[in-house]
Amino acid sequence: MTDSKELVGDFEQALLSLDRLKVQKMVMELDESWMPIQRVEKLVAPALERIGSGWEQGKVSLSQVYMSGRICEELVDTRLPSTAAGRKNQPRMAIAVLNDYHMLGKRIVYSVLRADGFDLLDYGRVETEDLVRRVNKDGIEVVLISTLMLPSALSVKDVKARLNGAGSDIKIVVGGAPFRFDSQLWQDVGADAMARNASEIGEIIFRLTGGQS
Amino acid sequence: MKQPEITSMQRVLTTLEHKEPDRVPLLLLVTVHGAKELGVSIKEYFSRAENVVEGQLRMRAKYRHDCIYGFFYAPIEVEAWGGEVIYPDDGPPNSGRPFIGRAEAITGLEPPKVRETGCLVRVLSAIEMLKSKVGDEAPIIGVAMSPFSLPVMQMGFDKYIELMYEQPDLFNRLMKINEEFCVEWANAQLEAGATAICYFDPVSSTTITTREMYMETGFPIAKRTLARIKGPTATHMASGRCLPIVGDIAQTGTAIIGTSVLEDLAEMKSACTGNLTVLGNLNGIEMRRWTTAEAEFAVKDAIAKAGPGGGFILSDNHGEIPWQVPDDVLLSISEAVRKWGKYPLDWVQDHKK
Repeated sequence: MTDSKELVGDFEQALLSLDRLKVQKMVMELDESWMPIQRVEKLVAPALERIGSGWEQGKVSLSQVYMSGRICEELVDTRLPSTAAGRKNQPRMAIAVLNDYHMLGKRIVYSVLRADGFDLLDYGRVETEDLVRRVNKDGIEVVLISTLMLPSALSVKDVKARLNGAGSDIKIVVGGAPFRFDSQLWQDVGADAMARNASEIGEIIFRLTGGQS
Repeated sequence: MKQPEITSMQRVLTTLEHKEPDRVPLLLLVTVHGAKELGVSIKEYFSRAENVVEGQLRMRAKYRHDCIYGFFYAPIEVEAWGGEVIYPDDGPPNSGRPFIGRAEAITGLEPPKVRETGCLVRVLSAIEMLKSKVGDEAPIIGVAMSPFSLPVMQMGFDKYIELMYEQPDLFNRLMKINEEFCVEWANAQLEAGATAICYFDPVSSTTITTREMYMETGFPIAKRTLARIKGPTATHMASGRCLPIVGDIAQTGTAIIGTSVLEDLAEMKSACTGNLTVLGNLNGIEMRRWTTAEAEFAVKDAIAKAGPGGGFILSDNHGEIPWQVPDDVLLSISEAVRKWGKYPLDWVQDHKK
């Protein structure tokens, strides 16, 4: 039986090579006793985590991260219908791009989280007021905000202020280039956490919600 | 007898020859700060060539750095194609909704004609006026987005990556169109008086694209495009990493490489010595909260790592200073270059890196 570490490594390489057929074959060939959520937890999620770390270290490119995430999202959608794949006790979550039109980071995070069994609302591009209105209306507990431009990143401060003003306890997790280049910025804008890559978010959500997910 | 100070142009040219001029050149790539100088909104600032001319001249006098930046804003190139530009109050104009909605639209796409496009003519007019004021005293830098990186604004980053990997015919057609536009745009700026063109190519960086994919795409595109640009070029990765491909970039015909703060400047200089001049790599995002001491340290550290032997120009790592960076930080940077950047850099050996 293939060592699980070796299996994850092979799966990672298949993703980085964008070999969809091999990716699907590897998932199909797993022991039949593996429940869908186990296939996600033991194979898909660890491989994406390794890819995310690889990008952090400059060994993997963003285009590989994006395409890998997309392939895994497609896999989860076709092989793991949401009712079967869903993690138990998830916080109610949403993801959004604030103010600018650069969607790539959000798409990557969305794909990776979906592949990891999370459900979340995708708000697309929103401005500050609209974001605050929607998270309150939808009963969101954790909002993930992606930005590419520094002014958009600084607008998170306004989001936080408006949520505080409404007595909301919604947790804000931020990510994107400005936060990567200034490790203090997420605190300056009042966010609750920052994710350097998509694979970190699961653990962050777990921490912010007191181990809820 | 005191030697007359050399001009900024002479300083930069000597550096490009990998020789040591009087001091390390400083290119402060300021754009929106010009609106602050004139006391107008960012949108109003860029609406008239005369505003940008006045802003650039005032900023050069104030910060005493070594270039004039003829760059307006990145999405001016999608504006030329009919795309949307958003003008925030506190940052550079940003591209709006991508104008290529479906990849199939690429089949019928044609590039705009530079000299018939109002927003581009405004840039050319600014460069002409700047040349008449500055002459050959300082380099005037024009900017052109690479054909390989422009699609991020034309169609959105995610759709573009999918195009690159999954629809090669449409990708190649888009590159062909973009190459024609880039060459016409770059050459028009050189004819207007720009000294050199900064070829922005972040998608070629290894942050975004694997080396394998770059060698099939961004690299041959850069070779073809830069060969047709009738003047010297700098290649800028806009904060993206490029150390793994710096040997390849040297073969594209470019003279300068804009370097990310994510990479070690000493390693970059070592990899470039004799082939490319290193431009960079101060962190523009962090700069907004630097103290005078922190600014001085960052400058001193960069000069220690890359200054010896010439072939180094101090600048920021992204190719544009953020609006939020205060004047006193930029003035501190300028002072620090004068304090620590005088050749020969005798103090470098004792500097604790």
